[in-house]
Amino acid sequence: MLTATFKSLLAHKVRMILSTFAIVLGVAFVSGTFVFSDTLNSSFSDLFRQTAPDVMVRPADADAASTGGFTGSDVRVIPAELVTTLDALPGVDRADGSINDQGTLVVGKDGKVVTSGGGAPGVAGNYDDGPAADGSPIVTIITGSAPSGPGQLLIDEKTAATAGYALGETVQLITSGPQPSVSGTLVGTIRFGPSGNLVGATLVMMDTPTAQQLYVGGTDAFQQVAVTGDGSLTNAQLRDVVTAALPAGFEAVDDEQIATENQNELQQSLSFVTTFLLVFAAVSLVVGTFLILNTFSIVVAQRTKELALFRALGASRPQVTRSVLFEALVIGLIGSTIGLLLGFALAVGLKGLFGVIGIDLTQSGLVFEWRTAVAAYAVGVLVTLVAAYLPARRAARVPPIAAMRDDATIPESSLRRRMLGGAALTTLGAAFMLWALAFDGGLQLLGLGVLAVFVGVALLSPVIGRPIVAVIAWPYQRLFGTVGVLARENARRNPRRTAATAAALMIGLALVTTMAIMGQSAKSSVDDLVSSDLRANYVVSSATSTPFSPAIAPRIAAVPGVAEAVSMRFAVATVNGQQTGVAAFNATPFSQVVAIMVESGSLITGDEGLLVTSTRADTEGWKVGDMVSVGMPGGTSSMPITGILADNRFLGADIVVPPAALSAGGIAPVDSYIYVAQLPGADTTAVTAGIQAELATLPTVTLQDQSAFAEAQRAPIDQFLAIIYALLGLAVIIAVLGIVNTLALSVIERTREVGLLRAVGMSRRQLRSMIRLESVAISILGAVLGVGLGLIFGISLQKAMSGQGISVLSIPGTQLVVFLVLAGLVGVLAAVFPARRAARMGVLRAITTE
Amino acid sequence: MSTSLLPTVPDPRTGTAAARAVDLRKVYGSGDTALAALDGVSVEFGHGQFTAIMGPSGSGKSTLLHCLAALDDATSGQVFIGDAELNTLRDKELTLIRRDRIGFVFQSFNLVPTLTALENITLPMDIAGRKPDRDWLDTVIGTLGLADRLAHKPSQLSGGQQQRVACARALVSRPQIIFADEPTGNLDSVAGAEVLRFLRRAVDEFDQTVVMVTHDPAAAGHADRVLFLTDGRIVDEMAAPTAERVLDRMKNFDAVSMPSIAVS
Repeated sequence: MLTATFKSLLAHKVRMILSTFAIVLGVAFVSGTFVFSDTLNSSFSDLFRQTAPDVMVRPADADAASTGGFTGSDVRVIPAELVTTLDALPGVDRADGSINDQGTLVVGKDGKVVTSGGGAPGVAGNYDDGPAADGSPIVTIITGSAPSGPGQLLIDEKTAATAGYALGETVQLITSGPQPSVSGTLVGTIRFGPSGNLVGATLVMMDTPTAQQLYVGGTDAFQQVAVTGDGSLTNAQLRDVVTAALPAGFEAVDDEQIATENQNELQQSLSFVTTFLLVFAAVSLVVGTFLILNTFSIVVAQRTKELALFRALGASRPQVTRSVLFEALVIGLIGSTIGLLLGFALAVGLKGLFGVIGIDLTQSGLVFEWRTAVAAYAVGVLVTLVAAYLPARRAARVPPIAAMRDDATIPESSLRRRMLGGAALTTLGAAFMLWALAFDGGLQLLGLGVLAVFVGVALLSPVIGRPIVAVIAWPYQRLFGTVGVLARENARRNPRRTAATAAALMIGLALVTTMAIMGQSAKSSVDDLVSSDLRANYVVSSATSTPFSPAIAPRIAAVPGVAEAVSMRFAVATVNGQQTGVAAFNATPFSQVVAIMVESGSLITGDEGLLVTSTRADTEGWKVGDMVSVGMPGGTSSMPITGILADNRFLGADIVVPPAALSAGGIAPVDSYIYVAQLPGADTTAVTAGIQAELATLPTVTLQDQSAFAEAQRAPIDQFLAIIYALLGLAVIIAVLGIVNTLALSVIERTREVGLLRAVGMSRRQLRSMIRLESVAISILGAVLGVGLGLIFGISLQKAMSGQGISVLSIPGTQLVVFLVLAGLVGVLAAVFPARRAARMGVLRAITTE
Repeated sequence: MSTSLLPTVPDPRTGTAAARAVDLRKVYGSGDTALAALDGVSVEFGHGQFTAIMGPSGSGKSTLLHCLAALDDATSGQVFIGDAELNTLRDKELTLIRRDRIGFVFQSFNLVPTLTALENITLPMDIAGRKPDRDWLDTVIGTLGLADRLAHKPSQLSGGQQQRVACARALVSRPQIIFADEPTGNLDSVAGAEVLRFLRRAVDEFDQTVVMVTHDPAAAGHADRVLFLTDGRIVDEMAAPTAERVLDRMKNFDAVSMPSIAVS
């Protein structure tokens, strides 16, 4: 039996290669994802280990990574006396107070900010030569010398090179502190850790007094203290000694804890990418399942006589099943192996892609964990076996007598059970979806419903596919005569095969359509929001998404013709025990730049009053006048709710605190947006020029008018869609291979029919167009089902997410028509190879084939 | 041997024989394993004649038919359908010859399973994009007794009915010549006899030319003449055959060509 299996595999090389391709792609996604995230993890954990001190002292409850990004940094400081105290502790070799800012960017000689483009921070701090936990220096001076006076700066070697600064030259910096623009003299270049890998960030260092001047308001204080032991204690012991000496409000963590915190933070931010890739792996594997299922069904059908002979010679049913499954196993193994290798290539590509968005990984090698291989083989082999199981079972049903008959076919089970199952699942899924939409059952229930409908329709497709094909191919007879009729009937004659082939395309197109609708709706919602709610004529924001100095807003407010310049900040606070993002702005002027609607209470908040959105108020049961506990780095205080606002995306968060409360809570005042309204009748050109002049020295801060702002909001949606389309494109490619496969096999199966047609005078050209038309009918069937489902899914998803900013439903009609047309072209393309093959068959060989 | 005992009737349309072969050779393989399926066959098929080709298995009778019918190309020699010399034509022209000048009836798998009986009958004309002559179509359908079966798919027809549909398809485009390869091979004797009577009527009433390969002496008995093939050569020819005479000739012939096999 084993020999027969191998012979069969060899005999069906080409179609097996096509099926293998589906497995290869799916497995490549899985292994690529693992290799990449392992690589990322290891390069970051190396970095963390090489740059964390033995023990770090910081204000209590600060997380290692809670600084930077959109939120203002923690402004709580550690007085210099505490550093001296720590230095004198037993077991302590040295204690270095450090200042660490994440919003300081280097402006290059060309006037452009040095940034790798993504969200990598611009780090600045005071220089010291303290070592990391492993004894190596955290920062090494490569050229020049340590800074020893105001205005002396060190810059990491890579940034210095990119910016084009040589020692002794004047360097321009942009900070998010009270002085937005700072200059200094370059006195040296430095390397961070042993490798100098800053994963995209830039690093500027200065002497302690300068850093204190810039970042802690000129007091003799620090943000953190790095404590290095003298070797007599373990780091954990040292941590305990230090903790015992700390006053309330401070904590000590050892290098292990720092590394773990950083690692968790990293994993969280990466989980999106990993999930994203694994979802696409799943999509391509599901599509691949259809392809494999079809291939095996057809191969089994073609081998009917051979299988019957096995049975006649005494092979048991399980033996026949096993022989087919063994074929699947071999294919799964081959596909997984190739996929695993391709996964490495994919990981290399992802590394490059991350370089583009600012996380430079060029200095890290690929990391291969055994788990990757295990997952790759498990997924690849399992999917192949599952897909081949049904055909294998059917193979076993071949009666031995079939070996002696000419027209042996495998008994087909009726479509009835399948239809009932499909109808039940579709109905159930539709009910779930309706329930989720009508009673706000949440996205999970909707997703479950979508999944059920997907599977249900896939099951139903052989039944509903026949009439749909008849409609799609209705013009065939008129346009192409008999050739068209033959193509139409061929597409209808084996509903299961046509359906399974089309279903693969359906999945891809349903997802593409859903995303297209969501994307278009999101863009329309942005436009809608901007035109209805944005009263500001301009929005000032940061191009690097790092917040900027609060000194800018007053300057813009002073520009002639400007009516209001309202700054907006973001922070993370603990509200009633729960970590949540909050926005901060002065409500009354804000209502001049954004149309906000007060549902109850008022906009007069004082220094403590909170404004909350009605949705948040409903879920929390808040009313105006309720007291809410708000925890910020500086402490927890009880604040009253003074107003409930209608939901509005421009609020930026569910809870709005007055800027004064944010400062009191110990959060550095940095702005994320400034909304600018001009006086009625003001000269737009003059106002624009006036604001631009204020921003001239700040290349990261940009001015946008309403339409540019809307465009800037739409751009990421388009980018996101482009990535999704590219990845779903792979699923479509697999589906196209499925069509090629099905057609090629159908042609072989219908060899004698092709011969007969040629014998009675069909030209090669007509034969080719017959196969092409069949292919087009199948692919348009897939497209119609896919776009139809996508429409339903997209509309439902938009409805379900209308509260989350996708308030307007917009269906990209032209785009959907383009999808259908493209599907037709795909059909033409898929038919090229099978059609050529059919046309090449010798007429005589075709009609005399057994 | 290869000269016909019967005068070859020229086709009134072209003035030549409906089909003819000149010194046709077909060799399979090469070198030591070379096997001549046809070994210098020259033959003419006159217009309005019903010719049967007989011979034992492997005698080359099917190969001869395939070469004559533009389904296979010969190794050397010439084949003419009317005035067209097949070996000089390319696939496109051969397709047109098959479509317009030749009708086919095979032993099995004669019909396209997805088309109805009527669609199968008009298939060659539909492929050519021509409208069938309505009266002629009705005549053919009437003659073959298919009037109440036209909307049926092949799977709903009996073997005999399927073969009659195939005959109708061959007749309806009024080809220069109809080739039939064991047309009764898969049929019971009643259905087989029916098909043969229709081929006979096609010749007698519609002035068709028919060439039929068969191994059944009874089938050959319906023809105007019988050609006997052995080892790729025409070894004998019989005019106005009857089943008995053909059978006798075959016995005789077997005894001559295969002396080792005793014939009772």
